[in-house]
Parts: sequence; structure tokens; C-alpha cells
Amino acid sequence: MNALKQLLVVSLMNFRNLRRRMDSSLVAVAGFAGVVLVVVAILSIRAGFHATLATTGSPDVAIVLRGGAGSEVNSVLGGNQSFTIGQAPGVAQDQSGAIVSPELLVQISLKKRASGLQSSVSFRGVTADAFKVHAKVHIVSGRMFKPGLNEVIVGAEAAHLFQGVQLGDTLHTGRYHWQVVGIFDDGGGLHNSEIWTSLPVLQGAYQRGNSVSSMYAKLTSAAVFPAFKESLEHNPQLNVSVQRESDYFAGQAQGMSLFIGIVGAIIAVLMGGGAVFGAVNTMYTAVAARTQEIAMLRALGFGRMPVLASVLIEALVLGLVGGVCGGVLAYLLFNGFQATTFNSLTIIAFRFAVTPQLLGWGLAYALVMGLLGGLLPAVRAVRLPIAASLRQS
Amino acid sequence: MKYLPLLWSNLARHKTRLVCTLLSVVFAFLLFGMLMAIRQAFTLGANFAGANRLLTMSAVSLTVALPISYGDRIASVKGVERVDPQNWVGGYYQETRNTVYALAVRSADFFTIYPEYQLPATEQHAWLADKRGAIVGAALAKQYGWKLGQQIPLRSNIWRNKDGTNVWDVTVDGIYTSDQKGGDSQLFMHYQYLDDARSFANNTVSWFVLQIANPDQAGEVAQSVDALFANSPSETRTSTEKAFVANFAAQYGDIGAIVTAVVAVVLFTMLLVTVNTMAQSVRERTGELAVLKALGFGNLRLTGLVLAESLAITLVGGIIGLVLSYVVIGGIPGALLQFLPGLYLPAHAAALAVGLMLLLGVLAAVLPVSRAVRLQVITALRSAG
Repeated sequence: MNALKQLLVVSLMNFRNLRRRMDSSLVAVAGFAGVVLVVVAILSIRAGFHATLATTGSPDVAIVLRGGAGSEVNSVLGGNQSFTIGQAPGVAQDQSGAIVSPELLVQISLKKRASGLQSSVSFRGVTADAFKVHAKVHIVSGRMFKPGLNEVIVGAEAAHLFQGVQLGDTLHTGRYHWQVVGIFDDGGGLHNSEIWTSLPVLQGAYQRGNSVSSMYAKLTSAAVFPAFKESLEHNPQLNVSVQRESDYFAGQAQGMSLFIGIVGAIIAVLMGGGAVFGAVNTMYTAVAARTQEIAMLRALGFGRMPVLASVLIEALVLGLVGGVCGGVLAYLLFNGFQATTFNSLTIIAFRFAVTPQLLGWGLAYALVMGLLGGLLPAVRAVRLPIAASLRQS
Repeated sequence: MKYLPLLWSNLARHKTRLVCTLLSVVFAFLLFGMLMAIRQAFTLGANFAGANRLLTMSAVSLTVALPISYGDRIASVKGVERVDPQNWVGGYYQETRNTVYALAVRSADFFTIYPEYQLPATEQHAWLADKRGAIVGAALAKQYGWKLGQQIPLRSNIWRNKDGTNVWDVTVDGIYTSDQKGGDSQLFMHYQYLDDARSFANNTVSWFVLQIANPDQAGEVAQSVDALFANSPSETRTSTEKAFVANFAAQYGDIGAIVTAVVAVVLFTMLLVTVNTMAQSVRERTGELAVLKALGFGNLRLTGLVLAESLAITLVGGIIGLVLSYVVIGGIPGALLQFLPGLYLPAHAAALAVGLMLLLGVLAAVLPVSRAVRLQVITALRSAG
């Protein structure tokens, strides 16, 4: 109890005269805040990209691609295979039969509204089954395209990002003109960066005959997937690879995820190192400024531990303040920030997500940095020779 | 020179503080170097794209093929010297994540169009004579341990050959180097091999590379080429290689802006740390500075002393950090480099770093210098008493 009381007294004393050491302490706080701001911001890119892909993929939907094709962009399947796939075990049925959505993906070039730069955008041809498989997709303004007409619906992010694809616009690509009749939203997923039209019309426009890029099958439950995969991949008439939709999209994010993770770690360690040494400076100054004070306390009978702990607590408080400032700044500046990236030759729009989890990590890291910064100065504080320090003027 | 001992004793006055400040600066510039290298990698080599090369591709998208017959018509356009049809292979080695940047090219004119690639004449001839031959960049060969004469089962995530597999056996006939740093991580094979054996999309190409006589006429040549195919089933878009690569790189995201923002925050933080150190150091020496002034040191010399101290910290720390980043980047294992071929610290970034060190040193000295200059000798001496 006595030690705790001493600790309280010493710490309060420290904070009361913190004002005199304000500029130096602010430097340490700014250092921690800078690190937390940058690291949280970088990792929020990954969190946002993950969220977009996770929203898109569902564990009870299977995606069928040509064997060896890494992504939809490289895959070609015959349209007649949808029948075989519909016969596989575990495919969900409704009144119109097995729910299998054949989809054709082509890339078109559109100009970004902000920069005027050309971007590669996914143009997807779908049938009515697509809206059963991708159940989150719904029209937010305008109406659905009519099958057989050169009409398109545009994802909410795509409409926001690109020129000439707003409701009522006519989209020109190649020799064809497409009327934008609706804007759709899939709840923040990948399809929001795409443009959709009726499958046969797209096949005609791009001379694809009856071929498609991929087939999405709705399964009766997530558990039947292994049987479904087994039956298709071992069917000698087919040469396909089958993945869960959720795994497929998680796989698409892997490279970027790893890259951002590495860059985030490099920045966290190096910038954090710089900030810790700045903080060590600050805390040494704080200890030096209080040499006499500390010696006096020790002479009065205060123990080593309360003095040591009081320095550490001051450093931790600096870390805490820095961590909170950095986290709040990161949230205000970057949460929901719209960005695009490039994956498998198509543009994907997503929003930075400063999640509570990231903020928690940021704060924890700031406290660790504070602790590291306070450690050596705290040890020096308790090692001060009492008599000599008291004599100092 | 005679002030060096004074400078040193001022710096060494607080060894712990000196070391901490130096390390802060070291870390900052180590990070700076690595970020600039990443930024460089994301330009995808736009800096060394040939000024006399144009790229003609489908106006719809890069993924839409063009008929190979366009090549002869493009070659007839005034100002076009050579045309190389190229096909994207979508290559990978053993596993899909081991991407190989492989292109099928028409090899006869290849080394004329791309003078930056260097290959011994014997290896050039061996490649031209070998239908299933390939040349690989030195960095790529090193990454997978490929040797001259080795047969590689290159796989494609797009093309199947007529026997139904996606394996394209190629022999390493040459290992080229590039006089542009980071330009040696590709594989080139023969277009004819790919096109004769692939099971679909025969007689098409991904794009044409045009060598033009006069880089100043790039705009006019591009327009004449695109005019040839206007209103045809496959309209084209022609741009300079540089513009194309820059636009392609921009689609990955604005890496440049992100790096700049991070660097700004890092340097701002380090500025605060250095300013703090310098301010403390000058504040503690009020008495000494007053003595120097009393001895007849003018404001100019005092300014010089403080500035030199500040610059010594930022320059020494900064250069150590920069050199460390150079060493670290050079030591990154090949397996990691496949995500970012062309990762290196460009010379202009190193020059920029030195500029920033000077700026940082000067900024950190401003406050302490103004304090030293305004110092009243009498008051300072008395209070230091």
C-alpha cells in the first residue's frame, strides 16, 4: 500500500510540472501520433480491400473456371457446360431449375472522371440466374436492363468513378452503344466496380459465340461444396477448376494483402524506431530536469520502484496521448476514403476501412513505443546518486 | 577547420542524446530509401521506356486481341520503321503465384527495336535458330536458378496448345542484361511458336510495338495508325510506350501520392526530434555562447557553429540511413522480388535524400540560431554565473 501511495504522489508531481517540459513532451507525442497515423492508414487500405472482397464472396456459392485459369479474366468455358454443372450434386434448385449463372467477362477501357486516365473496367454479361447467385445485387436507381437490348446497369462505384456511365448516358465502346438504364449496388462488394448487361447481347458484341468466362452455382449449403467440387473436377468431359466463391476472392486479395502487410511492418518498425529514440531523448530530459527533485524524494525515504514506475507512467501517458491522436486523425482523414486498385487486369474500387481493431492495435503499439522510450531513462532515474544530485545546483 | 574540436565537443556534450537523435534520423532515412525504391518499382519502368517506340492495341481493352494482318498495314504508315507483333503469354513457373512476365515476340527485329537489351551474338543466333527458344533476363534467371541450355516447362494461364495442356516448353538460349536497372526480369519467346501451337485465337496479337523514325512525330504517327482502322471491327489506340506504361502503372493506385504522404509525415516527425535536440543543446549552453560572444565571436560565426552542429547530425544520420537502405534493398531475396521486379533505389531519390537532409538540418537550426543571436551577453553571463 505504501509503495502505491508513493507512486501516486510522485506521478502527480510529475504531471503537475509537465507544463514546464511541454515542448519536449509534445515532440514525443507527435512522434507516436505520426507512427500510429501512418501505420493505421496503410493497414486500413488492406482492411478496406478485404472487406470489399469478403462482401462479394459467399461460402455457399461455387465458381467454376477453366482448369489452370487463375482468374475469370483468363477463363473460357463452353456455354453448354452449364447443364452438366447444374446436374452436379448439391446445386440449389428453384421453380426454373438448377441455379447456375453463366457469366462472360470482357474488359473495356473507360476514362476516370477525376484524372481522365484510361482504366480497364469489367463488363459482365449475365442472365436472370445471376441475381439469384449474387443476391446482394439490387437496383438503386433507374431500372433493370431488358434482355436482348443494348442496355446496361452500372455499379454504384463505377458510376462514381468513370465518365459517361451515369444514369441516362450512352456508353460507347468499340462499335457499340449501350444505354445506361440503371445503377446497382451489391452492398459494398466487387461488383460495384462493374458494368452488367444481358449475356447473349455481350456474347454477340464481342464475337464470343456461346462461350462464357465462368459459371457460378448456388449450393444447397456450404457443406456440400466438397462433393460438388469432386464431381466436376473428376468429370472427364470437363476440364475445370472449382472454388468456393469466398476462397476465390480471398485468393485474389492475397498478393496485395501480403504486400501491404510487409510495407506496413517496415514502416511500423522503422518509423516506430525513430519515434522511440525521440521519446528516449524526451524522457532523459525529463529525468535530467528533475534530478534534484528525485534525489530529494529518495532522501525522504521514497523507494526505487515508485520513482522507476513514475517515469514509465509518464512515458506511457505520452504514448497513450500520441496513440489516441494518431488513431483519431487516421479515422478522420482516411475512413471511407475511396481508392481503386488493379487486380487481374480489372479495376476494383474500395474504401479504406479504419476498423476498431486497427485502432486498438495502433494504441497498443503506441503504448509499447512509450514503454520502450521510458525504460532507459527510468533506470537512470533510480540510479542517480542521491548525495551528489542533491549537491548539484 | 580550427572549429572542428569545438564542434565535436558541443556534439559530444550529451552522448546519449546525440546517439538517440542520430538513430532517429538514421531510421527516417532508412525508411525513406525503402519507400522510394517501392515507388520506383511501381512506375513499372516508365522512366526507361523508349522514346521512339509506340504501342498499338485494341481501343476496347488491352485484353482484346488484334488481327496479325494489321502489322503490315501499320508498317506502311509514314514514319514507322519496324513493327513487332507481341503476344502476352500469362506465364507462370510451377505454381500460379510464380508469375513470369513472358512475351511472345517476332524475334528478327527484336534487338534493333530494343537496343537496351544486351546479349552475346552467339546467344542471339542460337535463339533465332531455335523455334522453341527463349531469352530470359538475368534477374529472372537468377530468381529461379535457370541456366543456359536448360529446358523450362513454362505454363500459361491463358494459352493451351493443341495437345490440350498449358505447358509451353522453352529452352533458355540466352540470358540478357539490360543497361536500364530493373529491366532484366522478363522472358521473350518466339511469336511463331506460340501462334502455331495454340488451340485458339490464332493469327492474333495482344499489341504491336512500333519503332518510329522521329520521336517528335509520335503524335502524328499514332493518329495515322489509328485512322487506318477507324470504323473497322477492331479499332486501335496508339500511344507512346512511356504513356502506356505510366497509365498502366497508375491503375495499381496512386502509389506515388501514398509514398509522398508517408515520407512527409516521417520527415516532419524527425524534424521535431532534431529541433528539440538542437533547442535543448543551445539552451543548456547559454553561458558558453555568452562567453564566446564576449570573446568576440560575431553572430555569423555563432550561426555557423549551430548550423554546422545541426547539419552534422542530419547529414551523418541521413547518409548512414540511406546507405543501410541501399544494403537492405540489395539483400532482399529473389523470392520476394517476384512481387516487385525492378525494386532499387534510383539515383534521383538519393539526391533528393541529401537535399532533404540539408533542409532538415537548416530548419532544425533556425530556432536555436535566432536564440543565440538575440542573446544579451551581460544578462546571460550573469544568470549563468
